[in-house]
This record gives sequence, structure tokens and C-alpha cells, in this order.
Amino acid sequence: MNFFNLLKIALQAIKRNKTRALLTMLGIIIGIGAVITMVSLGQSSKQSINDQISDMGTNLITVRRAWNRRAGVNVGTTNVQTLKIADVNAIADRAKYIASVSPVVSSSGQLIYGSNNWPGSIQGGNEQFLSIRKFAIASGTNFTADDVRSSAKVCIIGKTVQDNLFPDGESPLGKVIRFGRIPLKVIGVLESKGNNQMGQDQDDIVIAPYTTVQKRILAVTYLQQIVASAVGENYVDLAAMEIENILRGTHRLTADKDNDFEVFTQQEMLETMTSVIGFLTILLAFIAAISLLVGGIGIMNIMLVTVTERTKEIGLRMSIGATKKDIIQQFLYESIILCLIGGLVGILFGLGASYVISSALNWPFIISPMAVGISFVVCAATGIFFGLYPAMKAASLDPIQALRYE
Amino acid sequence: MNEILKVENLRRVFDVGAEKVHALKGISFTVTENEFVSIMGTSGSGKSTLLNILGCLDTPTSGEYYIDGISVSDRTKDELSVIRNRKIGFVFQAYNLLARTSALENVELPLLYNSSISASERHERAKHALELVGLQERMYHMPNQLSGGQQQRVAIARALVNDPVILLADEATGNLDTRTSYEIMSLFQELNAQGKTIAFVTHEPDIAVFTGRTIQLRDGHIVKDEPVKTQSARAALEALPPSDDY
Ligand SMILES: Nc1ncnc2c1ncn2[C@@H]1O[C@H](COP(=O)(O)OP(=O)(O)OP(=O)(O)O)[C@@H](O)[C@H]1O
Ligand SMILES: [Mg+2]
Repeated sequence: MNFFNLLKIALQAIKRNKTRALLTMLGIIIGIGAVITMVSLGQSSKQSINDQISDMGTNLITVRRAWNRRAGVNVGTTNVQTLKIADVNAIADRAKYIASVSPVVSSSGQLIYGSNNWPGSIQGGNEQFLSIRKFAIASGTNFTADDVRSSAKVCIIGKTVQDNLFPDGESPLGKVIRFGRIPLKVIGVLESKGNNQMGQDQDDIVIAPYTTVQKRILAVTYLQQIVASAVGENYVDLAAMEIENILRGTHRLTADKDNDFEVFTQQEMLETMTSVIGFLTILLAFIAAISLLVGGIGIMNIMLVTVTERTKEIGLRMSIGATKKDIIQQFLYESIILCLIGGLVGILFGLGASYVISSALNWPFIISPMAVGISFVVCAATGIFFGLYPAMKAASLDPIQALRYE
Repeated sequence: MNEILKVENLRRVFDVGAEKVHALKGISFTVTENEFVSIMGTSGSGKSTLLNILGCLDTPTSGEYYIDGISVSDRTKDELSVIRNRKIGFVFQAYNLLARTSALENVELPLLYNSSISASERHERAKHALELVGLQERMYHMPNQLSGGQQQRVAIARALVNDPVILLADEATGNLDTRTSYEIMSLFQELNAQGKTIAFVTHEPDIAVFTGRTIQLRDGHIVKDEPVKTQSARAALEALPPSDDY
């Protein structure tokens, strides 16, 4: 039997019942749409985290003081200040796989220039802090090692801080702003980095020599963090181990003592986050797949009703020469066509939804060709699987009985 | 003359639970080319059962059946489908047109199940069949836009489109009023005059007079098989009182 003729027959039958066809497809549209949206958003969020982490530098290693644990319960970090500038110096002197290292001291407070106020935060580092954290200077200069030694009252500001303290567009370079009571001269402005995927504004920042933050703002001698960059992406783990060894030495930790600090690499953070997201994606795609199954059952349901409703039509087709195979194929094609059209609409719908959601969340929009391809195959398979039983049922009718059916 | 149909000692037994219903009890006759046969009989005499077997929709319990010279006994269902598609044209009492489908598409339907016919040929033949039944003006009308008589004409065009060796009609005028019945009979007479072989089931004697031969069934037997003094349906139509449209 001619394939195109049967296709024409199936299309005619669908055309005769547009509303029913639409209702039948609805389940598939929603199912495929949900699967596509979930898979695409899962990939978008992964990509976005990847982007952000390489934004911060894939070589980045962060050292924090350890959580103060008692019986396995975190009780806070406030009274343990284990990181000292001596640790930074030891790393700088001895670590082979570290390119640069900087202390980090931060504080938050009110930023003031003239009559303009802005609640901001200040990060203190050494002259290598900018390059380690992948910040770039848009105008002005970085502070120098001398500035660090002398606790110079200088700072570099981000775009958001500039916009809020200097709303009239005057150049902030050379102007003196205040962080709380401490006057700081603006010597540089950072290139804009925009929001990260958590929605945090990375331009809402003031960077100053860590000595300035330690002595003039916080009046402390300890460090909150140490950041370092490895000599290359492949040396990050080695470098992290090196830091651990050096710090255990400087902290005089005997073999039976736990670290009083924690070393994180961006790689580790990446792995944790992507594995969480991967799990969520699978979970959501699974839920979406269940809705696809429900959609398929919906198709079978309607096709079964259709067979009963069209008994007379089936009898007539048989009486004018349709074979069993023709009838099976007609009903199968109808259900496959419905599934494929539904799938196509669902794919468009899912891509639209993921475009809207990912742009709202500031994520990259990713079309997964594999998800689209698999959806299409799944649609066809759904059509065959859930269309077969009604089709067989239709073909098994006795033509005389079917013709008599009222 | 060519033998179009030949049945020999045809029997059909239905199993209804433990009981057996003998619907046909040994039927033998021959229909030659260009005959117009009416099959008559009271309700339950076996007319439809016989016609279904002649139309290859049903198979006899025993007996021989030849259509256009080929034996129909011991054929698979698919082979019977092909025979129906190539050799038989069915006309039903209830028209059995596909709803929401134009007259033309309804008529094309049997040719869609014949892969040796191209789309353009299918189109041409369907148009020609509709012209034969006088519906060239109504090709794109849907069944619900046609009168009962017009719907039956579409059904007759559908039965003609595959150029069958025989037209089988089961109570084809059963749903129509007298005037329309006569019009349909007149159409059948025209087709017969053009060479079509027709077997026509009816229980109305005043319809059977328009055919050329009557086979009378009673209780599964042929009780009478004789030529009819054929009357012209067109003449009968003209003789109807004009006030028929009440
Ligand atoms: N599928 C069937 N199962 C059992 N008995 C049947 C079946 N089909 C027909 N019969 C029986 O066979 C006999 C002949 O039926 P058939 O339909 O051929 O009569 P008919 O002459 O066409 O009558 P009518 O003029 O009312 O259409 C009846 O007794 C009927 O009950
Ligand atoms: Mg009958």
C-alpha cells in the first residue's frame, strides 16, 4: 500500500477533527515543552556557573579560617582568627605552584562623597589582588606595594559605586570619598563585570590596600581570607596541597590536629554546584517525562474513543478495499502525526519558555540539540506505542458489524 | 456473454450461541455481463447475507463463488480486500459518506487504497464519476450540504470510480421518498444501459420492476428467478403527479 496515500488519509482524518486533534496534542505539547524547558534551563544554569567561576579565575584558590566545630556543630568563626600576614608571606616565599597571593580583609559601611551616600563594602588586598580576582582597571591605576606598606588612604571603586557617588558624571579620579570616617582618595575605576548568576552586583565594590582596611577601618591584625592563583589551571590541586602543607607548618599543627583553615579551589566549587544542578535537572526532567507519559496515555485514550466513534467509517473503508494493514497504518499515522505536531509545538514552546526564563535570570540561553532530537524520537515512539493498541483494535473490526454500527 | 458472478450451492450458517441460524441454504445462480438483477424477499430471508458474500465482505460456510472468472473461496482477508477494491462497487442504504469531507474526496476514497493509481488520475476519475451521476456542480460540497438523493448519488459515484465489474446495492432507495427513489433507479438504468452489471437488493416490488431480472429469496432458498418486464424509471418519474412536493 502506498505510503503517501495512507499519509493523505491520516491527514484528512485529522483535518476533519481539528478540535479533537488539538486537545489530543495538548498533553504532548505540555510534556515535551516541560522536558525541553527543564533540560535547557539545567544546561543554562550550568553554563552560567561555569562562566562565573572562570570569570573569577579558574586558577583561583581561596583560604578561609575553619569553622569552629564542637561535636560536629558549627558554632561560628568569630572568635578564631588563625590567618595572619605571615601565612601570606610564607606562601609567597615557598609555594612553587602559586603565581600570586593576596590577603583579604573586608568590611562594610557607608560610602560618602559630598551629599551622596551609598551603603557599600570594602575589600582589602595587596597590589596583586586585582589580577588574582580578575578585576581590570578601566581608568586610573592600581595601588602599589608602597601604598600597601604605608597603609595609603587610596581606593579603587566599581562602576556601581561610581554611579551612585558621582551621579553627575564627574570623574572620580583624584576625588576623596569617605568610608565611614576614613577619607580615601580614588585612584582607579574598575571595568564593569555586571551581575553574577546569583543576581549579585559585582560592580558594587571598593578595593583598598589590606593594611588600610586592617589598621584604619577595622583595627585588627588578622586576615579574613587569603586568595591565590595557581601557575596554571592544571596545577590548582597541587597548589592547594602546597598551601595546606605550608599553613599547617606556620600554624604548628601536629599530625593529630585538624586544619584550622579551609582551602577551596574554584574547581571544587564548580564540581559541587554542577553536581547539585545536574541532580536537580535529572529530577525535573524526570517529572517532565512523567507528564509526557500522561500525554501519551491521553493520546491513546482519545484514539480509543475515536475508534469506537469511527466504527462506521472503518467499516466503510474496509468495504471499499482497505486491508487490515491499511487501517492499522492509518490510525498509527494519525497518532504519530498528532504526537509529532504536538512535539514540534512543545519544542518551540519549551525553547520559548527557557529563553524567557534564562534571560530573566541573566543566564546564557542554550538550545540543546540532543534534547530536541531525543524529544522528537520520544514523540514518534509515543505515537507508535500509544497508537498501536487503538489501531489494532480498529483493524480487528468485522466490516459487516462495523458498517451496521450506529 | 461473460459470467460476472457465479455461485454454486452457497450456504451460510451463523453460530448464535448453541444455536445455528441457516441464513442461506444452498443458493446457485449466475449473473452475466450487463444484467440488472434485483434480489427480493421478505425481511430475514437472507438478502443482505447473500449480498455481503457476493461483495466479498463475508465468506460462505460452504459452496463455490466466482467473480469475474476467479474463485473467491479460500482467499485471505487481505486478498478479499483487494478484490473489493478492484472488482466491486458497494452502495448502502445509509450512504455511508465520510462527514466533513467533500463529495470529491469521498469519491476518491477507493482509489486511495489502490497504489497503482496516481493522484492526477484519481482526481480525473473521481470528477468523471461525479459527472456520471450528475453532480459536477456539487464536487466541493460536504455531505451535510447535500440532500439524501444527492448523497446517494455521491455514494454511487464512489462505487463507480474504481470501474467495478459489478455494482452491489443493498436497499439503496430504502431511505428515499418515491420521487427520489425513481430518480436513483433511473440513474441505475442509465448506468446499466452504458454496460454496468448491477445486483440490487430491495423488498419493494415497485422498485424491482425497473430491473431486468428478479431473484426471489424465501428462508434462505431461491424460490423464483425470472426475467422482469422492465419499466422505464424515467417514464415512471414523469408519470408521478407534480403535486408530489406536497
Ligand atoms: N451476524 C449474524 N449472526 C447471526 N445471525 C445472522 C447474522 N446476520 C444475519 N443473521 C440471520 O440471518 C438471516 C438473514 O438475515 P439477512 O440480514 O440476510 O436478512 P435480509 O433479507 O437482509 O432482511 P432485511 O430485509 O430485513 O434486511 C436472519 O434470520 C438473521 O437473523
Ligand atoms: Mg438486509
